[in-house]
Amino acid sequence: MSSRYFGQPIKRREDPRLLTGKALFVDDVDLPGMLHVAFTRSDFAHGRLLSIDTEAAEAMPGVVAVITAEDLGDYWQPGPLLVPPPPIEGSSFFPRTQVPLAKGKVRHVGEPIAMVVAESRYIAEDAAEEIFADIEPLDAVVDLEAGLEADAPRIHEDLDSNLAAQVRQQKGDYARASEGAHTVIKRRFLYDHGIAAAMENRGIVASWDERAQQLDMWDTTQAPIAIRGGLAAMLGLSPSQVRVIAPFMGGGFGPKIMMFYPEEVLLPWISRRLKRPVKWIEDRQENFVATTHERGQIHDAEIALDEDGRILGVKDRFIHDAGAYNPYGLTVPLNAQCTLLGPYSVPNYDSEFRVVYTNKTLVTPYRGAGRQHGVFVIERLLDFAARELGLDPVEIRRRNFLPKDAFPHDHGIIYQDFSSLTYDSGDYEPALDKAVDLMDWHRYVGEELPKLRAEGRHVGVGLVSYVEGTGIGPYEGARVTVEADGSVSVATGVGTQGQGHYTSFAQVVAEQIGVDPSRIEVTTGDTKVFHWGAGTFASRGAVVAGNACHAAALEVRKKILNHAADALEAPQDDLEILDGRVQVRGVPARSIDLATLAQGANPMRGAVAPGTEPGLEATVYFGPEFGATASGVHAMAVEVDPQTFDVNILRYVVVHDCGVVINPLILEGQIQGGIAQGIGDAFYEQILYDSDGQLLNGSFMDYLLPTSMDVPAIEHDHVVTPSPLNPLGVKGAGEAGAIPVGALFAQAVEDALSGGGLDGFEIHEIPLSPLRLFELVGEHKAGGGTSP
Amino acid sequence: MATLKTTTEPPGVKVELTVNGDTIHRRVEPRLLLSDFLRHELRLTGTHVGCEHGVCGACTVLVDGEAARSCLLFAVQAHGRDITTVEGLSDDADNLHPLQEAFRDAHGLQCGFCTPGILMSMVDYLGEHPQPNESEIREALSGNLCRCTGYQKIVEAVQLYVDRRAADPEGNGR
Repeated sequence: MSSRYFGQPIKRREDPRLLTGKALFVDDVDLPGMLHVAFTRSDFAHGRLLSIDTEAAEAMPGVVAVITAEDLGDYWQPGPLLVPPPPIEGSSFFPRTQVPLAKGKVRHVGEPIAMVVAESRYIAEDAAEEIFADIEPLDAVVDLEAGLEADAPRIHEDLDSNLAAQVRQQKGDYARASEGAHTVIKRRFLYDHGIAAAMENRGIVASWDERAQQLDMWDTTQAPIAIRGGLAAMLGLSPSQVRVIAPFMGGGFGPKIMMFYPEEVLLPWISRRLKRPVKWIEDRQENFVATTHERGQIHDAEIALDEDGRILGVKDRFIHDAGAYNPYGLTVPLNAQCTLLGPYSVPNYDSEFRVVYTNKTLVTPYRGAGRQHGVFVIERLLDFAARELGLDPVEIRRRNFLPKDAFPHDHGIIYQDFSSLTYDSGDYEPALDKAVDLMDWHRYVGEELPKLRAEGRHVGVGLVSYVEGTGIGPYEGARVTVEADGSVSVATGVGTQGQGHYTSFAQVVAEQIGVDPSRIEVTTGDTKVFHWGAGTFASRGAVVAGNACHAAALEVRKKILNHAADALEAPQDDLEILDGRVQVRGVPARSIDLATLAQGANPMRGAVAPGTEPGLEATVYFGPEFGATASGVHAMAVEVDPQTFDVNILRYVVVHDCGVVINPLILEGQIQGGIAQGIGDAFYEQILYDSDGQLLNGSFMDYLLPTSMDVPAIEHDHVVTPSPLNPLGVKGAGEAGAIPVGALFAQAVEDALSGGGLDGFEIHEIPLSPLRLFELVGEHKAGGGTSP
Repeated sequence: MATLKTTTEPPGVKVELTVNGDTIHRRVEPRLLLSDFLRHELRLTGTHVGCEHGVCGACTVLVDGEAARSCLLFAVQAHGRDITTVEGLSDDADNLHPLQEAFRDAHGLQCGFCTPGILMSMVDYLGEHPQPNESEIREALSGNLCRCTGYQKIVEAVQLYVDRRAADPEGNGR
């Protein structure tokens, strides 16, 4: 493929609008007569909702309506099960989905109880404070293991227990493999993943037009088309009566794809009732309790190896925290279960997880979506195995990599997209070699580290590898149109939250149509413009929608050449498209511009041949058979302050393989941003609940996001193993940066401390923090470990 | 459900201020935040609100030339002041301010939500610090949260602007 536009570090099309404050975000929507919404939310994690007194709120000047579950009538119903359980034999699954407003019971702090509609947001918030919900508190389920005990308080009383699901997947025979093993390592691991904390909170503007019988909704959603279809069904409307717009969004990262958040159900309903536009903008405090989280898993895992450090098998038993409801089914624990296998040959695998309901905010995917948890477990097991067998962390990984002739590699277990977990392509050693070179690993470990340690510095290194299943189906589509002025319009159904789709999709189309990307206008996330598709998740935008753009552009290219061949009286094979003109190859004098061709393709008089479609336009869909597997190696050097246990990242190296690269500038940004979130997850961020299910750190004063002082400059390199599953050869890159950071942090910090004299010191959990490291070192010393 | 009620006009306080060079006279509720005043009364929606407790920095504007968090100020406190928002840097996509241009050139933004606040923080800082090094830039940025970029390309964007300005002081970094 030529590379005039595709693969180039083209500056982003959308930036001027964003930099001048002109990009439209949901809270920028302002409609005549618009009312404002605020919610009264539960202060209790678990309790019986006895009554709700709304009288004082309703009496306040400027209050237009107060709505509780009772007022919703038949409209009140639990949300849909967004992801049904995959077909895994012997699984059990007890889904309970969230409700629009609490009725009878509250199940987590922040669950909405009443909705206030008022003339201003200030009045709405005042009134929400005046609503009194009489709640009889019940014991809360906070601890995962306690939640599974027989006498635990039951969150959903129609179920026999708090067990939401149990799934076992196996391949080979782990029990037999481990019997003959040279080494078996067993550990318990805790991996807690923080919250997305997108800079823009959620928001909705809903506007019912009584005359047009039309609902318009601006929504901070990553999946506007699914929201449109679901809402239409709930409201008894045809989907064509509902337009959902996901305009510019201030970050998504996963939690902005849900169906439905209670607010998404309530705002359009009340707009239709009141026949006025309504707006709700979440505040940061609400975001901490009402936007979905990702949180912890507890793994009891073991690995069996031969004397050379080759993996014979892995066994894992883990518990996953679902929160109060589980509309997202098993996506997150399945990702953990599958991604644990990593880039390695694991001939025998026995993994079983139990999902438990707790009285906490719902868990749904957040960048990585459980993959972090799995990667942490396998990488830590390999680290301990390497230590026991006297191997270098690089060497044990190299010995266990799937060889490059192993692809496509079918693991024989079921992935989150319900297909068999299959790696389409990969070649892991070159990435490992590049990372080792970039890091100057052997010199660093052999010379630099001993020197620094001799000076009394607590310095350590780490290196991990991982895979990421990306670009899963089912499908996306794109419509490409050459307009009458020679510019090009591209429409897709995915939403965009900062990934640069306006630019990367334009590059894909530009490559085929020969028009500069600055003349290509991309629309994403507006169901009126394009209404087929699934949404932006699972690192799939560039892969699935990108390939749909490519396929549609190819169709339009054919039409352009067809018309141009007639106009120029030359065979199509002799034509080329350059800078918006079609010309006979090498003869610029014989050319015609795209505007003229587009106008000619839409005649206003006369006759056309039978079957003619007007215009230079095509709509094409793309659906991969299964996901494309990206991979990578991260390495870092850290220094730990033995007094304060602060960790300073000295170097951070990434070698990444996401197949063919569309725009290296955007890709670097995606990886750097992912790593920053990974660093937050590893060392700064943790959602903390007390034993009553009260969130203890629900503000940016207490929940720490990494700042520019905490994230280092990152050194990059790439390996390109094109995906055979799509014509562009691309794989997803959105989540990759975030996935291996916890495992890497643990390895490097452990190395720094054990190298500094804490013999046998091990880290089994993420997140860490200065305090937690201090505690772990104290426990190690109390247990007889050697002090530095 | 409650019945429809009529609105009562809130008793306002008179404010007079300059915003992006324009003189503004309004009556506002005493408790109205400056961020809400700018966004919803003046429709200058480039100033974004990310946390409403003064941590994230997305709402940063200049008050008499100094960076300040508009979510921690009431509109009435801006009486008599000179406010500059991101629209005051340049609201013309074809003619960006050199700092905005550098952010575009270095891919210093992804979702762009935090960007206006970062630009305004940096305008103030770079006015007083003509030649900051990387660690000084990082420190100056540390009061603004960004969740997309990992900061590296923001640092590079600021550095690019600084270098361009040093090379061509007349062009102010253009």
